[in-house]
Amino acid sequence: MNLPLLSIMTWAPFVAALIIMFLGRRSPLLVRWTAVLGAFVSLVASLYVYWAYDRVAAGFQFGEKFALVPSLGISYELGLDGMSALMVLLTSIIIFAGAFASWTVKERGQEFYALLLLLVTGVYGVFVSLDLFVFFLFYEIAVLPMYLLIGIWGSSGYVKPQGIFGWAMGRTGVGTKEYAAMKLTLYLLFGSAFILVGILALYVANGSRSFSFLDFQAMNIDPTLQSWVFLAFYIGFGILAAIWPFHTWSPDGHASAPTAVSMLHAGVLMKLGAYGVVRLGMGLLPDASVEWAWLVGAIACINIVYGALSALAQTDLKYVIAYSSVSHMGVVMLGAATLTQTGLNGSVFQMFAHGIMTGLFFALVGLVYEKSHSREIFKMGGFGTMMPGIATAFTIAGLSSLGLPATAGFVAEFLTFLGAWSSAHPWWLFPGVIGALLTSIYVLRVTKAIFWGPPSTDPHFQNLPDAVGTEWAALGILVFVLVLFGVVPSLAIAPIDTATMPLLMRLTGR
Amino acid sequence: MRTDPGTLALVSLLLPLASFFVLAIVAPFRRLGRPAAYFSVLCATGAFAAAVMAWLAQGESTIPTLHLWEWLPGQGKSLATVGVLVDPDSTVMLMLVTLVALLVQVYSLGYLHEEPPKGLGRYYTYQSLFAFSMMGLVLSPNLLQLFMCWELVGLCSYLLIGFWYPKPEAARAAVKAFWTTKLGDVGFLIGIVLLWRSAGTFDLTELHAMVQSSTLPLAGLSIITFCIYLGAAGKSAQFPFHVWLPDAMEGPTPVSALIHAATMVTAGVYLLHRTSWLFALTPDVLLIVAWVGAFTALLAAVLACVQDDIKRVLAYSTVSQLGYMMAAIGAGFSAAGFFHLLTHGLFKALLFLGAGAVIHAVGTNDISKMGGLARKMPITAIVFLIGTLSLAGIPFFGGYLSKEEILGAMWAGGLPGPFAVLMLVAFLTAFYMFRVVFLAFYGPSHVAASHGELVMTTPPDEGKIVHDQPGPHSSHLHDPPASMLLPLLTLAALAMFVGIYSTLIGPLLPAEAAEHAAPGWLTPSAVGVAVVGILLAWLTYQRRTINPESLASAFGPIRTAALAKFWVDDAFIFVYERVLLTFARVVGWTDRYIVDGVLNMVSAWTLTAGDDLRTIQTGKAQDYVYGVAVGVLALILWMKLS
Repeated sequence: MNLPLLSIMTWAPFVAALIIMFLGRRSPLLVRWTAVLGAFVSLVASLYVYWAYDRVAAGFQFGEKFALVPSLGISYELGLDGMSALMVLLTSIIIFAGAFASWTVKERGQEFYALLLLLVTGVYGVFVSLDLFVFFLFYEIAVLPMYLLIGIWGSSGYVKPQGIFGWAMGRTGVGTKEYAAMKLTLYLLFGSAFILVGILALYVANGSRSFSFLDFQAMNIDPTLQSWVFLAFYIGFGILAAIWPFHTWSPDGHASAPTAVSMLHAGVLMKLGAYGVVRLGMGLLPDASVEWAWLVGAIACINIVYGALSALAQTDLKYVIAYSSVSHMGVVMLGAATLTQTGLNGSVFQMFAHGIMTGLFFALVGLVYEKSHSREIFKMGGFGTMMPGIATAFTIAGLSSLGLPATAGFVAEFLTFLGAWSSAHPWWLFPGVIGALLTSIYVLRVTKAIFWGPPSTDPHFQNLPDAVGTEWAALGILVFVLVLFGVVPSLAIAPIDTATMPLLMRLTGR
Repeated sequence: MRTDPGTLALVSLLLPLASFFVLAIVAPFRRLGRPAAYFSVLCATGAFAAAVMAWLAQGESTIPTLHLWEWLPGQGKSLATVGVLVDPDSTVMLMLVTLVALLVQVYSLGYLHEEPPKGLGRYYTYQSLFAFSMMGLVLSPNLLQLFMCWELVGLCSYLLIGFWYPKPEAARAAVKAFWTTKLGDVGFLIGIVLLWRSAGTFDLTELHAMVQSSTLPLAGLSIITFCIYLGAAGKSAQFPFHVWLPDAMEGPTPVSALIHAATMVTAGVYLLHRTSWLFALTPDVLLIVAWVGAFTALLAAVLACVQDDIKRVLAYSTVSQLGYMMAAIGAGFSAAGFFHLLTHGLFKALLFLGAGAVIHAVGTNDISKMGGLARKMPITAIVFLIGTLSLAGIPFFGGYLSKEEILGAMWAGGLPGPFAVLMLVAFLTAFYMFRVVFLAFYGPSHVAASHGELVMTTPPDEGKIVHDQPGPHSSHLHDPPASMLLPLLTLAALAMFVGIYSTLIGPLLPAEAAEHAAPGWLTPSAVGVAVVGILLAWLTYQRRTINPESLASAFGPIRTAALAKFWVDDAFIFVYERVLLTFARVVGWTDRYIVDGVLNMVSAWTLTAGDDLRTIQTGKAQDYVYGVAVGVLALILWMKLS
């Protein structure tokens, strides 16, 4: 049986999106189940490839290839290795849970689900395409629908313009969902321009024959060119991975976005950035990766501590989670910058762990908001007695976030720390550990403020319901995965190892 | 049939895990309350039985048994394993843990009888998780598993302190406990990461072999052991991390007995005992351990003298005794510290459960509102007295020999300074414990006369003393029900047995073999100071020959400082609220208004530039012709000039 599994996985959500667009506006439930079905097909396909991936043979498997524009060397080429297998699994889990988490979207549900699924097709495409031209197309598909999703279904907040740039903030309209959508999209498109330049530079250097990743990998690239291309990739993908100081789209964007979009964006799309740096930056430009490791690592350290401190300063629940993503993406980049096997494994594991945990977080924040109509942490209180299920899930997400053993977060952070101390810059260990400590402070502070303590006397916060029905589906799946991969990390480490080992051989073997 | 001790230990370990899984996943069963509790108790009983069998099976050999599974692969080989390491120390500790866990679970059946079924189910879920994690810690064959279980017991401690989470004090105490221990754990984590780099393994057996064959690189080892010690200090409440333990008393009393007296808080001591061969290579760190231990013992003993909350007295006494154990380890005699850990586990759990019985009956933690309880609840009074005498180190009682050993260890270790401090602490310990005994159980009763009104007129959360359990209690005083009495009697009997056996016959366990010859005057003088302490308490609080007020005023400044907890808590609060939160706000502000501000400025400039450039699009043909003409002219000029 030779099914084009990767194509099925990639295009199933797209087909579902098309069907949804043709479905009547009057059957919202049908729309939802179509979306769930589309996501389910991808989930099954990604579980299968994850399971069937031959770990002994390693390398890219499940390949598909046919030429699109032969004269330019563009072809539709898909393939999957241990790292992308884990990433597509993450995507599948998040979109499957996300389809349930947006069950209560009221207006324009049809368009909402269609755009969401379109976006996911882009994400899958990025993770599995081996042709960089197609890769770039998918990348754009993954970024653009976000503009509409946030701009239409988002929620606005209020930010008071102040400081020396106050005039500018007043002019741009900080705080509104339109602002957030515009900022996110423009910023990411700005980044993708760098990526395009990088890809084209490699293409030209390769004699303009092929866009294939494997061809690029086989090429010997001049170190100076490598250096520049790496920087282009680092900035381009780094913006999506929210590296400091290009991270400010993330808190605004994630805070304004509707629940499923935040889940998908923070859970999966930010991983595209990190994945891009590892796959293209480190995979194609070994000399430059070694050359620029100090920069990547140092910025990652800033991310970790700066993000955690910023999260501690927030009073809006969604902003706390958004800044925690900035901090955790620092761990991802730090692990990659260590250029060690343990660190790189930790980095990829953290991509997965953070994806699940932040997806869970945003699902929970969405639920809390939906029930209490508030995101102001310090106005809430004592919700634990009213919504014990949500409180439990929030605590588990928080514990994973602060790196508690038996959750996926611990494995990721621990491996990264081991890698950091073995790297050329052992001091990176300390910002990492401090970040974990700060995380425990802001997470437990928020948990205590919202769920613990005496029940709030505010009339708005009386008799709030716990999660119900389909909402449990989203929470249950994510909690299960988070704990499963924490208790049995070898489930993920084994395939990751097959991908990171050859990568490092190329980096350090020279 | 002879069973492998490793398998037995594994059975013992997995039973509470099974209980946890069932209770955590099968929510309807958990919400039944009582049946869930019985299930958990059943598993704990099985775990205890298996632990005893493991110990008996182990007794025949001293060769450790190992069971390992690969947990974390890496670089094509195994990076970390999990499993069980069964040797004399771990089996004895396992017995203590399972015994106290079992007794506490039984005791809780009576103590929490007013808890709604949902809450009870939750309680036993946490209890099972705790039992599993603690046993996993004890049986851990490597430092990584130890660290993981270490964090998990911290989580259970957090959850159980905050068990009554709607109570603000409980919520606060839970978070405080987690943060403070986490501060130490950061050190621990750094320590094992560093050790992995220099030794290439987490495995205790391999590390031990490396130390014995002197292949472990010594460079930087002091930093590593100090970092590991930081973790131990956090968990075992050494100065300045001791601040969380007294507040942790907000949890239910059985929890305090199990986690914050007998088992979890001793994990730090256990860790240092397990790695004593590693610490032996770094005498400078051991010296710190000894001095900090002695100082902690003294500080906590002084603090215990001024507390009116019976659980807080016990909590400070726990801190103080942990200081004792740490000091012995610092002196290089970790076996003495470990022996004290075991006896202390028994009699301190006894004291806490006894205090729980009192609180359960009286409805308050405040010893000034007790008195004369010995007549009303004689059995409780007797077992509490046994616990107190054990703690004071009186011959024929549980803590006698272990305390002597520690004092002997300090002397033999050539640390006269800490030795003197610990002698002083022995005196203070006897004094503050008998202060509690006389005020609560003897002397004039403040309860019998006023108990009726007390419940009626005093709101439950009045002043600093917080009722351990919300709501008023039975208005008649009596010994607790059987489910609570049985654990008390068991522990009392064990404490007596250990005391009598070790006084008359000698060391009970091979682990505690005398490693040092104590000078002859040590025993009389150690018992002497304890007796003097008891006498002073008797004169002050029973006979009232010495006015407590004048005694207090004689130590005016110290008393004032002790009432302010020596400002250590304030220092932590200052660092957290003033330094950390302020700094975080500055960073948050900078991010919003500077880092993001620059971005907004760029986009605002773009918008403005667009607006400005738009004005040249006038729509008049003349303007465009004019523009073209100027352009052509400029081109001609440029060509001419170049």
